[in-house]
Amino acid sequence: MIGIVNYGAGNIFSLTSALERLGLSYGMINTEADFDKYEKIIIPGVGHAGTAMQKLKETGLVPAIKALTKPVLGICVGMQLLTNFSEEGNSDLLGIIPLKTLRFKEEVSKKVPHMGWNQIKPINDSPIFTGIADKTYFYFVHSYFIEFNTKFTAAICEYGIDFSAAIQKDNFYAVQFHPEKSGEAGERLLKNFANL
Amino acid sequence: MLSKRIIPCLDVKDGRTVKGVNFVDLRDAGDPVELAWQYSQQGADELVFLDITATHEKRKTTLEMVKAVARQINIPFTIGGGISEIKDAEALLNAGADKISINSAAVRRPELIDELAKAFGIQFVVVAVDTKHLPEGDIVHLNGGRLATEIQTQNWIKEAENRGAGEILLTSMDKDGTKSGFDNVLLKEINDMVSIPVIASGGAGSQQDFIDVFQKTNVDAALAASVFHYGEILIPELKKLLQENNIPVRL
Repeated sequence: MIGIVNYGAGNIFSLTSALERLGLSYGMINTEADFDKYEKIIIPGVGHAGTAMQKLKETGLVPAIKALTKPVLGICVGMQLLTNFSEEGNSDLLGIIPLKTLRFKEEVSKKVPHMGWNQIKPINDSPIFTGIADKTYFYFVHSYFIEFNTKFTAAICEYGIDFSAAIQKDNFYAVQFHPEKSGEAGERLLKNFANL
Repeated sequence: MLSKRIIPCLDVKDGRTVKGVNFVDLRDAGDPVELAWQYSQQGADELVFLDITATHEKRKTTLEMVKAVARQINIPFTIGGGISEIKDAEALLNAGADKISINSAAVRRPELIDELAKAFGIQFVVVAVDTKHLPEGDIVHLNGGRLATEIQTQNWIKEAENRGAGEILLTSMDKDGTKSGFDNVLLKEINDMVSIPVIASGGAGSQQDFIDVFQKTNVDAALAASVFHYGEILIPELKKLLQENNIPVRL
């Protein structure tokens, strides 16, 4: 069973709908004790990373999240929260994966937000990409990105520069794209996570 | 590489799709969920639902439809029509809409763009602009293109971007319904002027029109309604042809 950290950052109806379509059962995590009820944890999130971090802190769940040894999947802003810092509001984040969240700069002469379907290249054999080929399209919508890192990047995406479409450190997995909106590839990724 | 998006647009009224749709093996052509599913299976990259529900009371039906779409469709979708307040947008967000599109309400009260962007992030806010060439220039039109304003389209789009629009959906009223191709001159001008994604709309009649819009302008997406609904253009064929013309598409 998958537990979704319920901290009020964005709507999760599409995510829970995707889990339902896949026949994956889930529940909401509101208290520290709730973490014990689930084998897998998802941290969703949209909007402003600094605001999301503030909301997460207010739940009092931060120490419990940092101590998790179960598989965790951060999605979009939920991914960025796992990093040390975001240029969005110059916010200190959870610091679980030692990377930075940066803004797409004008010098890459690309439009911001990075919105639409872009190809990814899985690297470092992350199990959430099992059966997902190089150049598979996923749906992205974001203005901030996580820097590429040879050790923690689990999939690369190119948008003016190479950035992390996915990262992984130990039991912590995270994706910048929206698997719940990424067609069959996204569903495969959610299944892979559920099967870890 | 970021792909160019192909977006079918569906008109809905009271939670049902209107305008005939001519798909084979469609059980219920009025069912937005079934249509949305068909399009997602064909390779549509995104969907736009334009809600033309007349009365406020019936908006609840729209919300039910949005929820049904979000439950069953695994690609992003936008809802437009009748959104004039934060609470309208919030209800749609909570029902699973990825983006909302605002048009006349934003022209009448531009601060709406700022408010929506602040509340939900710019990625949620599509500003739809209906434009027509008049002797005095490109002019923004309201109420589905029937009512001319005094606002220059270029100025309005720049303002919308500055206020927090995350994307522009530009419909050429001169081209809409003519099937004579997109307004590539205007689309290029607008696209080069902004640094947010632009969706081209109005005028699609043939597959060549899609090739042209992506070759002559750098717009991010092309939207059409009837050519898809009546099966005049099949999305899998269109995307294959675009790929053969070196236009990046998701296949």
